[in-house]
Amino acid sequence: MTKITLGKAINAGLRVAMEKDPKVVVMGEDIGKLGGVFRVTEGLQKDFGEDRVIDTPLAESGIIGTAVGLALRGYRPVCEIQFDGFVFPAYDQIINQVAKMHYRSMGKIRMPVVIRIPYGGGIGAVEHHSESPETLFAHVPGLKVISCGDPVDAYWMIQQAIESDDPIVFFEPKRRYHEKAELDESVPPSLPLHQAKVLREGTDATLLCYGPMVKTCLQAAEAAVEDGRNLEVIDLRTIAPFDLATIFASVRKTRRAVVVHEAPYSFGPGSEIAARVTEECFYHLEAPVLRVTGYDTPYPPSRMEDDYLPDLDRVLDGVDRVMGY
Amino acid sequence: MSESVPGPAPEVFAPHKAPVSPPQASEEVEFVQLLTPEGERVEHPDFTFDLDDEAVKGFYRDMVLVRRIDSEATALQRQGELGLWASLLGQEAAQIGSGRALNKRDMVFPTYREHGVAWCQGVNPLNLLGLFRGVDQGAWDPKDNNFHLYTIVIGAQTLHATGYAMGQQRDHAIGDADNGEATIAYFGDGASSQGDVNEAFIWASVFNAPVVFFCQNNQWAISEPIDRQTRIPLYQRAAGFGFPGVRVDGNDVLATYAVTQQALRRAREGSGPTLIEAYTYRMGAHTTSDDPTKYRLSEDLEHWKLKDPIARVHAYLTRHAGLDHDYFDEVDAEADKVAAELRAGCLALPEPELTDFFQHVYVEETPQLAEQREQFAVYAASFSADSEGEG
Repeated sequence: MTKITLGKAINAGLRVAMEKDPKVVVMGEDIGKLGGVFRVTEGLQKDFGEDRVIDTPLAESGIIGTAVGLALRGYRPVCEIQFDGFVFPAYDQIINQVAKMHYRSMGKIRMPVVIRIPYGGGIGAVEHHSESPETLFAHVPGLKVISCGDPVDAYWMIQQAIESDDPIVFFEPKRRYHEKAELDESVPPSLPLHQAKVLREGTDATLLCYGPMVKTCLQAAEAAVEDGRNLEVIDLRTIAPFDLATIFASVRKTRRAVVVHEAPYSFGPGSEIAARVTEECFYHLEAPVLRVTGYDTPYPPSRMEDDYLPDLDRVLDGVDRVMGY
Repeated sequence: MSESVPGPAPEVFAPHKAPVSPPQASEEVEFVQLLTPEGERVEHPDFTFDLDDEAVKGFYRDMVLVRRIDSEATALQRQGELGLWASLLGQEAAQIGSGRALNKRDMVFPTYREHGVAWCQGVNPLNLLGLFRGVDQGAWDPKDNNFHLYTIVIGAQTLHATGYAMGQQRDHAIGDADNGEATIAYFGDGASSQGDVNEAFIWASVFNAPVVFFCQNNQWAISEPIDRQTRIPLYQRAAGFGFPGVRVDGNDVLATYAVTQQALRRAREGSGPTLIEAYTYRMGAHTTSDDPTKYRLSEDLEHWKLKDPIARVHAYLTRHAGLDHDYFDEVDAEADKVAAELRAGCLALPEPELTDFFQHVYVEETPQLAEQREQFAVYAASFSADSEGEG
């Protein structure tokens, strides 16, 4: 068993998927010789060749649009969009074509396409490199939207996503690419793709998070112990479809919930979760479901991002508020 | 400094009224033509029509039938049986000529107007109506006839075609001009302005994908004329992307056949993409929702009627193949029969089931959607329970 970073775990997962199925092709900008700007695809082109690890022209709609054609031909494309803010030229192909092809064909066509997007802030980048657009995809019927919080999940979730016959947008927490964990490849994944994971059991309130906020929330839960608070932490893993059963069970137990994400506050994933929990667990709640999130601004210049992003203090403040009712 | 810039200053803003190109309808256009509007065969140095008169008879029949299917569908829309129809009137030669050049294994990516190509591929015309009647989204399986779903988003399918062609490449299905595979993407002059079409050109070029881009330049993108899309003839754009472009008389079924056949052979043998601009004219409206008298001159229409794709084949077959009225009457009678069947079939298309719209959103349905479907079913059933109670 070795320690592996989240970025290398995705690389290893891609490699396994490509070895298992010759129809898996990886495509995107700079993913070949360079191995991607985050080196997530490093070495794959050398081992699988240029026909399976396709360095594309610099045009996002073209990446997704040609992936649709490859999928129609029986391939399983894994597309890399270089950064979150660059996905929008491809948005039409993703939401009108990739997402709807199975529906439009009345089930005759499948679109096993994975769209990998390094996302989120905290790396000191310039504009368009730090955004969290997951809601814009989660709102689209036909798409599934996932994110991993640690290297072990990263390794398995990328493989599960590639095996899925539904199209999946895989948001990779770029500031966690270098986080390390022990990975035992011989131990099968503990959960199916769309099930949330209870990372820490608690009794006083539930922290609901995914992607880069998983680590932040675990740290907050540790810190809260000093205040005598026992927090449950759930990694949602899938944003669409949310694993409502796991969320409801936790909230019925703790009676309080705080949703944490980097995406803006209004109309974000937290809004949906808060609404669903209110509908389903109304009589169990001691407080409204609160949200600790980014703000309703464009992602700010990087010297201000520490103030924009939810951090340990803001999460604990959210916990204080939810306990105060 | 100015000495290094010879000639007049570049025109920064050219008035819309003074297009460099393309020519107006009244001007002569340079293109590949093998059959004149008068029905006379002509030679071209690069393209030959190598089939016999039996094949020309077949093309005539195809064109008459698809025109009749089209006029029946237009009538059905006017009678409220279809929500919308996109007519192919005037574009029969472009579609039948290119469609008949396809081999069984070639793959077609249409827009929403390629009823004639669908016909060539063996798609039941009734299946095209379901989409426009609103009972389904296209009831044919693209794999059955190598004819993909209609694509409404303008130009999106050119990228799908290019990706599919890249798949053919990876499957080693090319390398033989007769037995290899190619892909053909249909789009219009309006689509040539879309980013996706230009990206498809780039992809096809740099990967040398076996794809033929077949642009039916019918002069109008709804109400926007061709000079709102381009300042140069569309086929010339191909040169900038690094592959050949050909302009063909889109109302000449012999020429569209010959040009498409050569482009497909080129793709199948592994020589890469071709852009074909079929220069034609949309005789009707963009769809049944617009009124072309608001945006174009009736003289233009009259001018193009003289170039009718069917009339010139009729003239050729009469003068040079010795066909008499009997043959043409036979084809007309067959067209009426096809139209009657289409009408009866359209009226008999089954209404969708109440919960059908929940189906096929996902391969593996989400719990949320399953829950919504159940809730809707219960809600819908409550009405029939109510009415039973009242009865």
